Amino acid sequence: MFDFVVWLSETKWSIALHESLYLYPWIESTHVLSICLFFGTLLFVDLRLTGKVFNNLSVADMNRKVLPLTLFGFLVMSVTGLLLFYAIPVRNYQNIFFRIKILLIVIAGINAFFFHRRMSNEAKVWDKDSSIPNSMKNSAITSLVLWSSVIISGRMIAYNWFDCDRQPQPKWINTLTSCEVDYSLFEGIDGF
Amino acid sequence: MDSKELIEIFYFLEDTYIGEYIRSSIWLFPVIESFHLIGLGVLGGSVVIMDFKLMNLIFRGTDKIYILEQTRRFFVLGLSLLFITGVPLFLSEAVKCYYSRAFWIKMISLVIGVLFVYFVRNPLIVKKDGTYMILIGFLSFSIWTVVAASGRWIGFS
Repeated sequence: MFDFVVWLSETKWSIALHESLYLYPWIESTHVLSICLFFGTLLFVDLRLTGKVFNNLSVADMNRKVLPLTLFGFLVMSVTGLLLFYAIPVRNYQNIFFRIKILLIVIAGINAFFFHRRMSNEAKVWDKDSSIPNSMKNSAITSLVLWSSVIISGRMIAYNWFDCDRQPQPKWINTLTSCEVDYSLFEGIDGF
Repeated sequence: MDSKELIEIFYFLEDTYIGEYIRSSIWLFPVIESFHLIGLGVLGGSVVIMDFKLMNLIFRGTDKIYILEQTRRFFVLGLSLLFITGVPLFLSEAVKCYYSRAFWIKMISLVIGVLFVYFVRNPLIVKKDGTYMILIGFLSFSIWTVVAASGRWIGFS
């Protein structure tokens, strides 16, 4: 994997993106705006399931009206996110916050998969007055907590204070981030 | 007030205890910024749903006053979260903000956005109908897009 990201970082377009004065900020701004679209609309979709908003509309109706926007936000967010990764592949790969973010996205994805599979089977028969099972409400809250955590860890990527170049770090941190460090340089320092 | 007096105020704000405290921490600024971003998401959701409804892109057949009732508390919630987190972020780098064009664009568009929502968009939603509401929705969405984009751009200046 490390060899792959090193290869990516040496490609022409990765260097061009990384060194561009305006393109990188534009992609990052688009990433932020698409996060707003994705998270902001998901908030209403998930809160509808908990019965906190739009109770005059059925769950299926709410999903039909709002989910396309959420998915569009997700699509733009994913494309711009991949480009941001592609611009700085090695540093991102070794960034602990990036790794946490990816892990959280995978968990949020699994939650969304089971959540929507169940909802597509059951929501059709729910009208606006139907009571929604507690397990579905819990999934909706879990979804919001997970995506909030994705946003938090994502924002931290830019401020990584566990960067491989910032040594000494605890050994477990360097293990988690795949940083190769010559610890003999730090002999005598507490903890090494 | 001339610009010299104004910059002195910004220096004073940056020297406040909160500003210094945030600057002295390695993780506080990013953590506060993360919640600022979540606040932007909450506000963004309420703006998108209301303004897209006005532009007839979603919720066709649903009363616009009902959409306003459902989204307005999230607008207030998002704006509150943005304010609570935005003030300490600003205090930690007030002088940088003073010299940042993006900061001034953001603050001016933020004031325009809040005034537009409370004094133009929301009253019209309650009182008026007509195709020009599409324009109202478009204007509101555009102003808030400028607020969010210029806000992000402060970090690049």
